[in-house]
Amino acid sequence: MTRYIVQRVLFIIPVALLVSFMTFMIIHLVPGDPARVLLGEEATPQTVAALRQQLGLDKPLLVQFGIWFLQLLHGNLGQSIQLQQPVWQAIQQRLPVTAELGVAALIYSLVIAVPLGIYSATHRDTWVDWLVNVLSLLTTAIPGFVLGLVLLFLFAVTVRAFPPGGYVSFADDPAGNIRDLILPMVTLGTGAIAVNLRQIRASMIEVLNQDYVRTARAKGLEERRVQYVHALRNALIPVLTIVGLQVGAIIGGAFVVESIFLWPGIGQLAVTSMLSKDYPAVQGIVLLSAFAYMGANLLVDVSYAFLDPRIRFDKK
Amino acid sequence: MAIQADYSEESHLKQMKLAAAVPWYVRVVRAFRQDPRLWSGVVLLAFIVAAIFAPFISPYPPLAYHPAVAEQGPSLAHLLGTDALGRDQLSRIIYGTRISLSVGLVAILMGGLVGTLLGMLAAYFQGWVDQLITMVVDALLSFPSLVLALAIAAALGASVINIAIALAIVRVPIYARLARGQALQVSAQEYMTAAVVAGTRTHRLLLRHILPNIFSPLLVQATISVSFAILDESVLSFLGLGVQPPTPEWGSMISDAQTYLSSDPWMMLGPALAIVLVVLSLNILGDALRDRLDPRDRARVTAVDAPQE
Repeated sequence: MTRYIVQRVLFIIPVALLVSFMTFMIIHLVPGDPARVLLGEEATPQTVAALRQQLGLDKPLLVQFGIWFLQLLHGNLGQSIQLQQPVWQAIQQRLPVTAELGVAALIYSLVIAVPLGIYSATHRDTWVDWLVNVLSLLTTAIPGFVLGLVLLFLFAVTVRAFPPGGYVSFADDPAGNIRDLILPMVTLGTGAIAVNLRQIRASMIEVLNQDYVRTARAKGLEERRVQYVHALRNALIPVLTIVGLQVGAIIGGAFVVESIFLWPGIGQLAVTSMLSKDYPAVQGIVLLSAFAYMGANLLVDVSYAFLDPRIRFDKK
Repeated sequence: MAIQADYSEESHLKQMKLAAAVPWYVRVVRAFRQDPRLWSGVVLLAFIVAAIFAPFISPYPPLAYHPAVAEQGPSLAHLLGTDALGRDQLSRIIYGTRISLSVGLVAILMGGLVGTLLGMLAAYFQGWVDQLITMVVDALLSFPSLVLALAIAAALGASVINIAIALAIVRVPIYARLARGQALQVSAQEYMTAAVVAGTRTHRLLLRHILPNIFSPLLVQATISVSFAILDESVLSFLGLGVQPPTPEWGSMISDAQTYLSSDPWMMLGPALAIVLVVLSLNILGDALRDRLDPRDRARVTAVDAPQE
């Protein structure tokens, strides 16, 4: 198993390098002179030249990447133009805020999806199953920002149960923090419910049709025990992959949700940086998002090895 | 669906004759009865017609503003109300259909074309070509797709074609992976060996022998993908990184409505419904299409199961 894990980690290195290079290239997608775009039409040639030098745009492409990458290895993501502060520092300040939202959304989606998925798999073709299918089809068609605004309208404008946005840290005001969290969490997590639910239902149905489940039933085990102990354990393994992929959707979704609910995290920083063409900040956040996503999927692959003996004992 | 498939030539001919005897409209009615999901295609068709004939259908010009009737709810004069500048919401939604459908379609066409080509090349040439393409595909898939699309769109600058490019790039790896897997299977078939031995040229092998045989799953993926591209496009415009005002576009219309959420909640209804309807009917149609075109896939993986995409 160690070998599998080491292989998996080693495999990620070239991909991570390529991801870094692609992220670096974002600024070169800017049509014309990025320094000119950043400073606007009124800037003097001197200031433009100074910024070009600061961004390293006056050097050959590969040299630029080399410098950028070396700095990256030292934890230096450059200077944010909009905030006048190091990008890494700005990210660090906002990371816990976004992590809270993301983790809460993921947990919320699983808490809803797992029981519903199991129920719908074990009660196929009942009205609950039908309803679950319709709802999951609907939720995938509703964009996060529409759901967020509907929730805002219902629970912050009409019934003033929740604040219309904002954030207090858990340390300052635990109750206030939770109150601020609910609407963004539901908005962000609901999109993931349908995907998780369908996967749980499908893999549960598949497992329930397997021979060992029939054996368990035939030897007279209680149906509940068959479902929850024998079947569920194996049904949850493929769900892990989907959860790993959901991390990507949640990172992207956080950009939108944080903007709607004025949640002062990385997503909001990303959107304001993109709007104000703060490319160093955009590069830093895009890179961090990709690494977080890769890390989540690496974690999923590694935990596979723990959960699935077929991988653990595979000599290959 | 428990009918045993009969592939004998005799049965095939019989079916052909039978099919020819039944007029097309009866077959259409039959198909709709068999699979009510096809009705979603009608909804979609309505949007396509609205997009094409927007100038004739719209009750008002989409940019004409009348401050006197600003921020109104639905009425007989303005079926879906008016926005903050007194522009007719229904007319703007009808014109917005043009942007959403065309960006979605163009993005999928570009992404699908490039991705399919890359996937086929990887499967056909193998060796370092395959390794290189697979590596690029893996790297592209390492980015959360929306994040990458936003960053590319922000760098390229907001315009309809740039958004389509950004949305196409994030979809390239999905098609590349799918096409590569399918093409690998096809390449292992005997008729491919026969074609190679017969001295068929590479481009002919790719376009005539491989492509037609991997086309169905790609088409199914494309149908579903269009809905995701439309969703992403509306997100981009909602955040201000997509289509710029005053162009009527659903996402930016909702973004405008956000400001008036408490005073005029009606403003959001129209564009929100339009997005949900289009995406929903594309997803349902994609499911129905998959069942028809891809009989091998009995597992019934549906739109929502497709990870991220």
